[in-house]
Amino acid sequence: MKPARFRYFAPHTITEATQLLDEQGDEARLLAGGQSLLPLLNLRLARPSALIDLNEIQALAFIHPRDGGLVLGALTRDATLERDPLVAARQPLLVEAAHYVGHPAIRHRSTLGGSLAHADPAAELPAVMLALDAAFTLQSSTGSRTIAAAAFFKGPFQTALQHGEVLTEIHLPGLPPRSGSAFLEFARREGDYALAGVAAVISLAEDGTIAQARLALCSVGPAPLRAAAAETVLQGRHPDEAAWQAAAEAVVSELKEPPSDIHGSADYRRHLAGVLTRRALALAAQRAERSHS
Amino acid sequence: MEDDFIPVRLSVNGVPHRLFVEPRRTLLDMLREDLELTGTNAGCEHGSCGACTVLLDGQSVRACLLLAVQANGHEVMTVEGLARHGRMHPLQEAFWEKQALQCGFCTPGMLMTAYELLQQNPDPGEEEIRSALSGNLCRCTGYQHIVEAIRLAAQRLREEAEAATPSETTA
Repeated sequence: MKPARFRYFAPHTITEATQLLDEQGDEARLLAGGQSLLPLLNLRLARPSALIDLNEIQALAFIHPRDGGLVLGALTRDATLERDPLVAARQPLLVEAAHYVGHPAIRHRSTLGGSLAHADPAAELPAVMLALDAAFTLQSSTGSRTIAAAAFFKGPFQTALQHGEVLTEIHLPGLPPRSGSAFLEFARREGDYALAGVAAVISLAEDGTIAQARLALCSVGPAPLRAAAAETVLQGRHPDEAAWQAAAEAVVSELKEPPSDIHGSADYRRHLAGVLTRRALALAAQRAERSHS
Repeated sequence: MEDDFIPVRLSVNGVPHRLFVEPRRTLLDMLREDLELTGTNAGCEHGSCGACTVLLDGQSVRACLLLAVQANGHEVMTVEGLARHGRMHPLQEAFWEKQALQCGFCTPGMLMTAYELLQQNPDPGEEEIRSALSGNLCRCTGYQHIVEAIRLAAQRLREEAEAATPSETTA
């Protein structure tokens, strides 16, 4: 088994990469960690005319603090996210979710930007980006633009990226004080894609009520889902079981048609989404309270 | 231009190599076909089974999910690099003693994954071992003997390390 022939380029700068994208045309593909693209190449489900390998671009691999939040280079590997103390301090949700991506041998290569650009509806990190109100920098040879995560994910393996653009930076705003987060998922085996996954962020007000709740799910629809109705239900409420139950019901009613396959029926995924929502919210609230004490 | 071969320099099990490969050659195929290191097995070839696990600069990777050209300038360690001075590595000995293999196809990947685990954690518990092995499929053994072999090897490696370190009380 081997990939069809392609031209190979390993640029050292983002400028070179965007130039190559322009020159090589529509059939060229960017190669980041390769943990999703290489299987597609090996199986010849993808036959790009050219591969532009981003792995030599040092300027894409960084983690910087900014305004209480973080800016991450798109080539930041999942194994790095898992271990980085700055990420753990500022966005522990990302650490928790990165741990669910495949296995260690995958995470040593797989990248944050690669996962976002690939936009697998079952992937964890796109949902996390929605829950953290992330924004992405997309760069082309003619300039760059910034786009909110909410506008980036369009459908299964579909994003707002246009040909000629490289996802270069991920911007994560800081969390308000008294915030906690949690990522939970259910998979048949460790490292498998989840049947459902939930990312939750809870910010508490001075009086202990919920100032803001943010909730996003993966693997329950064609794209990662921000559960806006459930967030509204939670606002101003006391963080208790009744609130989590109400949010879970709102999430379940928001799900249009979760996938149904040999791993789980649509109904089972709906059930999981509800249970995981309750648990993730409770855990996030517990952590928010602990952050204050 | 599409037939162009690209020069690759890398070290495999401490031995430097220089060769020319097609860009579409995976690291797995380069190891097996060009360097004739057939210990690393080609299983699913799309990253699911773990049979082709090798270490790249000390970190486990799927050799089927890396292009050979991407290993340029890096150090690769395969199952052939485990034996020391003509003697099997304690992990290999433990796999043999505990009958941690039947057909043996997954074994090179299991060994490399276990090797990395023990580098990071010399005394892993059963749950930690099972979690570390979750990316390596074995269709024969049910994993029980593999877990036992890794525990045995870990114990022997710890004893070896203790014996090599002069203790303060005897000094």
